[in-house]
Amino acid sequence: MSHAVTEKRPSSLKGGSLPRWSAWAVALAATGAGLGISAAAGLDSSIQWALIAALLFVLVNYVLAVRVEGRRQAKDRLATSLVWVAFLLAVIPLASLIWETVSRGLKVFDVYFLTHSMGVVSDTEPGGGIYHAIIGTLEQVALATLIAVPIGVLTAVYLVEYGRGRLAKTVTFFVDVMTGIPSIVAGLFILSIMLILDLQPFGFAGSLALAILMMPVVVRSTEEMLKLVPNELREASLALGVPKWRTIMKVVLPTSIGGITTGVMLAVARIMGETAPVLLLVWGADYINNNPFEGAQASLPLYIYEQYANSAGSPAAYNRAWAAALALIAIVMILNLAARGIARWKAPKTGR
Amino acid sequence: MAKRIDVSGLTAYYGSHKAIDDISMTVEPRSVTAFIGPSGCGKSTFLRTLNRMHEVTTGGRVEGKVLLDDEDLYGQGVDPVAVRRTIGMVFQRPNPFPTMSIFDNVAAGLKLNGSYKKSELGDVVEKSLKGANLWNEVKDRLNKPGSGLSGGQQQRLCIARAIAVEPQVLLMDEPCSALDPISTLAIEDLIGELKERFTIVIVTHNMQQAARVSDRTAFFNLSAVGQPGRLIEIDDTERIFSNPSVQATEDYISGRFG
Repeated sequence: MSHAVTEKRPSSLKGGSLPRWSAWAVALAATGAGLGISAAAGLDSSIQWALIAALLFVLVNYVLAVRVEGRRQAKDRLATSLVWVAFLLAVIPLASLIWETVSRGLKVFDVYFLTHSMGVVSDTEPGGGIYHAIIGTLEQVALATLIAVPIGVLTAVYLVEYGRGRLAKTVTFFVDVMTGIPSIVAGLFILSIMLILDLQPFGFAGSLALAILMMPVVVRSTEEMLKLVPNELREASLALGVPKWRTIMKVVLPTSIGGITTGVMLAVARIMGETAPVLLLVWGADYINNNPFEGAQASLPLYIYEQYANSAGSPAAYNRAWAAALALIAIVMILNLAARGIARWKAPKTGR
Repeated sequence: MAKRIDVSGLTAYYGSHKAIDDISMTVEPRSVTAFIGPSGCGKSTFLRTLNRMHEVTTGGRVEGKVLLDDEDLYGQGVDPVAVRRTIGMVFQRPNPFPTMSIFDNVAAGLKLNGSYKKSELGDVVEKSLKGANLWNEVKDRLNKPGSGLSGGQQQRLCIARAIAVEPQVLLMDEPCSALDPISTLAIEDLIGELKERFTIVIVTHNMQQAARVSDRTAFFNLSAVGQPGRLIEIDDTERIFSNPSVQATEDYISGRFG
């Protein structure tokens, strides 16, 4: 590409420029070179050739741009190629995870699997399903959400709209501390209460532990969303003679409801995959238990763990574990899509 | 409908910072009073003390008296919410509620206060929008969001929202500074009509605007940066602009200031 180099003309606003396809060409060449080098050196790990290719891609792009376009544009290209490499590095694990789960999970994933429990099937035999685990997960998470969302949103409202001075700082500090609580500790906390009261494992105990994990996430995200509401809207409402609590209910919360919903859904997704508290407090079960307030219940993450751990390497159990993982991802994704729909529907409108 | 405001010895603070010092003046009912003066001299702060919006700001605090027809706004047991229902306010930047339609924006004051009859709501909205000279432009799209209007229309929507709750006094904090000359003219005409029914106080940086719309003009100034703002003089607009009694006013108005 040396023909593209032009004489420096200080009076002109035009400089040399690489053609638009150059980045793609470099990417292809870098991939080829990475594969070639690995083959020649006898490296058989795909991580190694991918890293070599990524490095080459960034370097070659930079050097080319320095030679053709000049230093400033080269820095721009360096940043752009780094962003692309980072994007790929982030996407590859995600894509491979989804691919693995879907390809392995689909083997036993059907209507029968979704509508039957493990009540009459031992862990090593084929057959059975996850109906009991889906019921357990949905009930436990729904109850946890019912507890955590009102408390979390109200705490955030206090912190943003009312909180002044020492109490607000203390609350913020402890919310931050709560964010760092490992799930097993939350489980042990509820377990200690259960032991004091001499209770047997039941679904709602798991919900309580999950609510503890969910609350700080809800507080934090809601707080950020409430801070985004322009003060002018609050003042406009107050100047109309609307009391503060009504201003919050009718102006501040509706304006930020989209963001709050998204935050709540992220928190739901986070607790839906929790295994440790469920293991301690709900115990897991093979049969269908629709009552979260009495008796052991199953849950999806716990089911996955049990199928893997208790089956002595039976392929039928491994297939069930993958299919359950697929179901869990699907549920989280459906909930997220629903939340996005709600957020878009409720967001401030801009049309004419 | 309109009431007189008597301010005596009013001092306002932001935390420990004194923003305005010892201001006394009378605002006549059914008239337009304009506040002029350099930026940071406390015009807006003073305006916000008149309907107790100043204390909404963190650390905002007021000393002195504001009498609304002999009733002290800062007296014991006075509910700031009731004060704000009596003294409405229009802000510098148009701020319609983004989640509400044009209709709901105008009805917001009544709806949010919960004291309205459903059958009357439509009439109130129509009357307020007509009062704000906006009815003809929006009557066919009352259920569209208010944020879809142009800046000048949004500001008139905010004025309609403010007059829908039937206040006694209307405070306007630079209502035209974000608008083009034509929208400004529309709002100025509107102010001329509204003063038949309301007492109006307007803060403006535009001296021609003060001369055009107001009956009386108050000039604020501050002696130095960081010092509290003071009222230099208040008089009939004609006198302020032709023959002010204080030299500083004449310097400011003729552009020789600073």
